[in-house]
Amino acid sequence: MTLALEDVTLVAGRDVHIHPTSLSLEPGTLNVLLGPTLAGKTSLMRLMAGLDRPTAGRVLWQGEDVTGIPVQKRNIAMVYQQFINYPAMTVYDNIASPLRLEGMSKAELDRKVQATAELMKLTPMLDRRPLELSGGQQQRTALARALVKGAGLVLLDEPLANLDYKLREELRSEIPRFFSQSGAIFVYATTDPSEALLLGGKTATLSEGVVTQFDNTLDVYRRPMTAATARVFSDPPMNFVSVAKAGGKLLFGEGQSASAHGMMATLKDGRYLAGFRPNHLRLEDGGGESDFLSFAVEVTVSEITGSESFVHVIHGEDRWVSLVHGVHEPDIGSTIKVHVSPEHLYVFDEHEQLVAAPEFAAAA
Amino acid sequence: MAEIHLKNLAHSYLSRPSGPKDYALKKIDHVWEDGKAYALLGPSGCGKSTLLNIISGLLTPSEGQVLFDGEDVSRLPTEQRSIAQVFQFPVVYDTMSVYDNLAFPLRNRGHDEQTVKTRVNDIAEMLELTAELHQKARGLTADAKQKISLGRGLVRHRVAAILFDEPLTVIDPHLKWMLRMQLKALHKKLNRTMIYVTHDQTEALTFADQVVVMYDGDVVQMGTPQDLFERPQHTFVGYFIGSPGMNVLPAHVDGDEAYVEGCTIPLGQGYRGLSGSNVEIGVRPEFARLTNGREGLPVTVKRVEDIGRMKIVRADFFGREVNVTVPDGVPISPDANRIVFDPARVNIYADSWIVNGEAA
Repeated sequence: MTLALEDVTLVAGRDVHIHPTSLSLEPGTLNVLLGPTLAGKTSLMRLMAGLDRPTAGRVLWQGEDVTGIPVQKRNIAMVYQQFINYPAMTVYDNIASPLRLEGMSKAELDRKVQATAELMKLTPMLDRRPLELSGGQQQRTALARALVKGAGLVLLDEPLANLDYKLREELRSEIPRFFSQSGAIFVYATTDPSEALLLGGKTATLSEGVVTQFDNTLDVYRRPMTAATARVFSDPPMNFVSVAKAGGKLLFGEGQSASAHGMMATLKDGRYLAGFRPNHLRLEDGGGESDFLSFAVEVTVSEITGSESFVHVIHGEDRWVSLVHGVHEPDIGSTIKVHVSPEHLYVFDEHEQLVAAPEFAAAA
Repeated sequence: MAEIHLKNLAHSYLSRPSGPKDYALKKIDHVWEDGKAYALLGPSGCGKSTLLNIISGLLTPSEGQVLFDGEDVSRLPTEQRSIAQVFQFPVVYDTMSVYDNLAFPLRNRGHDEQTVKTRVNDIAEMLELTAELHQKARGLTADAKQKISLGRGLVRHRVAAILFDEPLTVIDPHLKWMLRMQLKALHKKLNRTMIYVTHDQTEALTFADQVVVMYDGDVVQMGTPQDLFERPQHTFVGYFIGSPGMNVLPAHVDGDEAYVEGCTIPLGQGYRGLSGSNVEIGVRPEFARLTNGREGLPVTVKRVEDIGRMKIVRADFFGREVNVTVPDGVPISPDANRIVFDPARVNIYADSWIVNGEAA
């Protein structure tokens, strides 16, 4: 069971919703579509499901061309952000509803409903009606209905977006386990980078209708091949600064320089864009342990979570965030020094393609 | 701007409440200081919306009073309370320009055009909307529209408080960062009393001077983000704040030691007379570390979740899950089979409420 998209595009009038996209999804995998609103996540899912026909390109299911075959004729389940259950039916009957359409024997139906309810931790709630359940249990009922019929392709469009933060956190850590037991292909759309990281599996990053990268989730996070991917896949946003390579040195705006080690040493001289994650931008320098780059910045505001602080600063035209442990609240409007190790820099060329990744990313 | 006194306030949606369970909001008496930022945080059904609706005037409390600077407003309708509100979905006039949207509350109150211009320009500057001032609101992105809603609340000078009801729920994460940061900076600049309702701990903690945690109609703790993180007053606060939440284990406590499943856990303080109650220890995953020595709780590591800037280690301790967070770059030994807690960071709870110890 493999789902393949071959050069699929979707154009409506003069708007390109999906640029030519090729993806191959393997059975038993969880595939996250990560991107902001209107990046094309839902459009891509609808093409996979056959709800929309691509303008060009093919959709293959187990090697067979299913382009344009409607969703009803294929074994597909979908779960939406606005979870839908039948309010008048019990949880049992809600889960059983897709099976009843297939005219399955009572014993077989009961076995499948019980097994799915067990997996979704709904066994004690089977006799209740959806409105007597918590939001998380209601969404688990909707998920159970998607899983029970053994669909080969399960599409989940921001399924946790309407739930309370804490419930979302619990379901996120449970969901990968539900899925690993099924063997189907799961596609999961979200706008939230931390959700992608918690779910694991594979991630396709989307930006303006383009799949910018598709690989194991952590590999995409640690080695974003373009600045676009880095922007989509970071929370808080990645910090950027322009840099010049000259001889064996990296030169920054205010006279800071660092020796170009590793992959950076082989770059040809010229202008580049350097990116670094907020947890690598520090308020103290390395105390001599490494040649840290130091920048004078203006403090915009600090946000404190209790265990960590997000210190927002402005460097020239660039907005940066430093994520540090403990409580730090430098005066708003004051000028402070922030520090980053050259070992944590991603370097992108003028086309925003990654040309040098930090060593810690290569090791991952 | 006003100080808000919630005086012996309680609310039941029933006409004859017979006990605490009939109250959507159980009795509170709080004074919220003028110019500070408060967040009401809790899960669905905890009573935070009931409380917000009482403050805004959508709901008349069944008991007690709401005082704005000493004046009882409990029975005044919303429009006579001089409050501004920002809702989950932006409320803007699509056919008007951004300027006219921001000017609307001032023109409505009969301010002259010169005053309107000065204030609208000031607010637009602070919210970084100057470039869009003469565009129509239609066609702007959700976050820009939400900034207009916010600006309309800020543009009036005589506002007792600005109330926010889940204002960032429909905003994408990367824009949420920007908006949250601007809101916080504005509060620091203007010092208006702000009340912000959310179920999202990050929003509550990063926004507020004081976070009011609600659970089942009760205020279980009001404190700074640091208080809530380091000294949760109730195990619910420990669970609800933090990702993952605090580890809570049933224990027997004697003096400066706790005993869990036959293991001894040293404590930073001494405790007496806890034998009769339902006693638990609470330790945040941030204050636990993995070892393979002889000290600490024997555990089996079940899973390691790598979430980029840290790893969450989920371990089994006699059938209970105990979590440890490990910063990015710190290696996790494959032989790790013990968890050690920082004694100073172990809190003790009796019947779910924190117990203060004495210097050991």
